[in-house]
Amino acid sequence: MKNLKVTTGILAMAFLTLTAMSSKDAKKEHNYDEDHNTEMNHDNSNGHHDNDASEMKHGNMDSNEQNSDAKQVLADYMLLKDALVATNKEDAAKAGIKLEATLKGFNMSSYTSEEQEELKEIIEDAVEHAEHISESPIAHQREHFKILSKDVTDMVVITGTANTLYEQFCPMYDKGSTWLSMSEEVRNPYYGSKMLKCGKVQKEIN
Amino acid sequence: MKTVKNIVLVLMVAFVGIQFIPTKRNQSDTVPLTDFMLVNKVPNNIKNKLQVSCYDCHSNNTNYPWYNKIQPVAWFLEDHINEGKAELNFSEWGSLSNRRKSSKLRSIIKQIESDKMPLEFYKSIHKDAEFSEEEKTTIIQWITQLKDSL
Repeated sequence: MKNLKVTTGILAMAFLTLTAMSSKDAKKEHNYDEDHNTEMNHDNSNGHHDNDASEMKHGNMDSNEQNSDAKQVLADYMLLKDALVATNKEDAAKAGIKLEATLKGFNMSSYTSEEQEELKEIIEDAVEHAEHISESPIAHQREHFKILSKDVTDMVVITGTANTLYEQFCPMYDKGSTWLSMSEEVRNPYYGSKMLKCGKVQKEIN
Repeated sequence: MKTVKNIVLVLMVAFVGIQFIPTKRNQSDTVPLTDFMLVNKVPNNIKNKLQVSCYDCHSNNTNYPWYNKIQPVAWFLEDHINEGKAELNFSEWGSLSNRRKSSKLRSIIKQIESDKMPLEFYKSIHKDAEFSEEEKTTIIQWITQLKDSL
């Protein structure tokens, strides 16, 4: 009987390992699907821009498309920031997934090759942070949000922004940390309700 | 009793059977030029510590334990190594942009600082992988310097 227990134990381990491995594979496939969907969404939005004559006023359609990618990155980032302000781990994770997809679909073809090089590095880094945010507890989400904020701020230097952004600064979190907001009013994403209004506007970005 | 015997037999066969499923070994004879130790000037004590504590799962060369070829242990190890390398691979350090190097160094500091790495189960079989408080301070100081010099 002891043998039986041991063998069953071993088999159970083997089974668990196999299950774990196969569910991982399933997860990967799922991700591919998601990527695919995003691409399709982008295709749709491109189609939309093609038809939308009012968007033509900025010049060629390419730059409109890119502006919209950068704009979407900022929109997803703001969702994430708001979720962290509300100390809502689930919403932050969802925003992380969305941001990751947007970053991966970023079309940078109309930027100069130098800008593209830098954007590529920024996006590569930001994707990793978004990924971590989508699967981590809130404290870890905030750690990654700090570096992500730097990536997004550097991206805006290249892409510009349609909306006015406020770079805000909290001197307490991790030896001083910044983030971006669409509103001048300070709502601290690093502490949430614990220190909601801690921080100040450091810079206005137009 | 007869069914018990049968079950045991099936399980034994299954256990022997899974031994024949091949796993990918994470080993390489050469150290690539992009390796962390070749890209950076790393003091010997820190070099040793990183190799003992991190390189098994975060490089292209694992120093395998003797039981590594027994399934399902081999699967478990393979899985962990793949996951570890996806997060951080010291063998490919040189191919990262400065931005990413800085991100990774920051994460390394956080992980060591908060005792999240090395993993508990890893430390339980590799006693020498554990960081003493003193080692933690030394290594974090050095990595912070490296990060600031990027």
